Amino acid sequence: MNKLESQNLHLYYGDFHALKGISMGMKKNTVTALIGPSGCGKSTYLRLFNRMNDLIDNVRTEGVVLLDGKNIYSKDTIPDELRKKVGMVFQKPNPFPKTIFENVAYGLRVNGITHKTFIEERVETCLKQAALWEEVKDKLKKSAFELSGGQQQRLCIARALAIEPSVVLMDEPASALDPISTAKIEELIYELKAEYTIVIVTHNMQQAGRVSDHTAFFYLGELVEYDDTKKIFTNPKDIRTQNYITGRFG
Amino acid sequence: MTHLDIELSKLKQDMTEMFVLVCSQLEKSRQSLVDFDKDLAREVRVNEKRVNSFELKLDRDCENIIALFNPVAVDLRLVLACMKINSNLERIGDIAEGIAQFVLSINSAPDRELIKSARLLEMFDTAISIVTDVMTSFETEDTKLARNVFMKDEFLDEINMAANTVVAEFIKQNLEKINQSLYMLSTIRKLERVGDQSKNIAEEIIFYVEAKVLKHKKKSDKISDGQ
Repeated sequence: MNKLESQNLHLYYGDFHALKGISMGMKKNTVTALIGPSGCGKSTYLRLFNRMNDLIDNVRTEGVVLLDGKNIYSKDTIPDELRKKVGMVFQKPNPFPKTIFENVAYGLRVNGITHKTFIEERVETCLKQAALWEEVKDKLKKSAFELSGGQQQRLCIARALAIEPSVVLMDEPASALDPISTAKIEELIYELKAEYTIVIVTHNMQQAGRVSDHTAFFYLGELVEYDDTKKIFTNPKDIRTQNYITGRFG
Repeated sequence: MTHLDIELSKLKQDMTEMFVLVCSQLEKSRQSLVDFDKDLAREVRVNEKRVNSFELKLDRDCENIIALFNPVAVDLRLVLACMKINSNLERIGDIAEGIAQFVLSINSAPDRELIKSARLLEMFDTAISIVTDVMTSFETEDTKLARNVFMKDEFLDEINMAANTVVAEFIKQNLEKINQSLYMLSTIRKLERVGDQSKNIAEEIIFYVEAKVLKHKKKSDKISDGQ
């Protein structure tokens, strides 16, 4: 069974048909990269999986989106509960105006966890998973804003992991970072795959090649091609995919 | 045209130039043998240095394109194919030089009768025509023409197989020409290798254009695959 799946999924922003019948599945413990030119629908598609599009006016969806085989757009799905299972990391690091420790502990506290030792252990585990622990273990009480951009982004990843999601969505997580921080985030994605299912939107073709197992190419709201990343970057089937990845349009 | 397109088109042009140079080396080595023209043979030997430096330049260009442009898909296949074709062409250049060296080593003109009975000129002409075919196939991305090379190569194999008997018979009759006969046999072997190198090049062209890997496949599968 696929961890994530969409079946004949259509999405409209008012009259604008943004996603046109997308059907694809993502297996557990894999990294899937969504690529395509700006406005092709890849971020819209990503946001379907934690119902972030619900927050936008005039959005209408048709079709089915499944998490562990369950339709997350069914009436009995509570978006807040869904988002505990499906974490998200955004393009720009967005730490809360709190200490490093409290940023990671935040999700646990709003979920009613008060056990001090449990929270401390969880914060340490998540910071280690996000490859940030060694750099911040002596300044956990300092403001998160004192960290560099790359460190802030890893802190946001640690924060997303704290509530133990099984899926992590990443919307261009390294596009605002320098090459060293980018390399650390990519390394992290590779390591996190063992425990999480990851879907990443990226404009960086080489990044998609380096971190993902599968790649989906979106164009004008359609899923043009979805295949093993190696196949997409060596011998894509569709000429539009080839033109895009070789930089001939988009 | 993107910057990468310009670089790839330059690479293709330079590869074609390498093809032309190697082909001309092969033709001159043939001519030097037929006419027993030692000056022409010397020219082939001198030009071999150009082939070698061209090989290094093309290797460096491929390396730079990979490092600076990160090509993918058909672009990457072109660069990878060029690297291998380049190396095969350089070996064909070595073969032409080897034949020129043979002309420079013998003291009298090669025996006409032996050239005829060993079918050396037929072999030369086929080898040159095969190299020309792969060059055209590379320029025009014509994989049908590339596949024809697999058939033509059989002709070279056939002459090569028969050569042992022919040369042995000649030696029996002309004991004073043993050296020359052995050189002749070695030239036939070299030309047979030109066919093999050209086959490798044809495989790389098919890999570049069709993304198919034909290496280590049976000849009949190579010819039928994709047609």
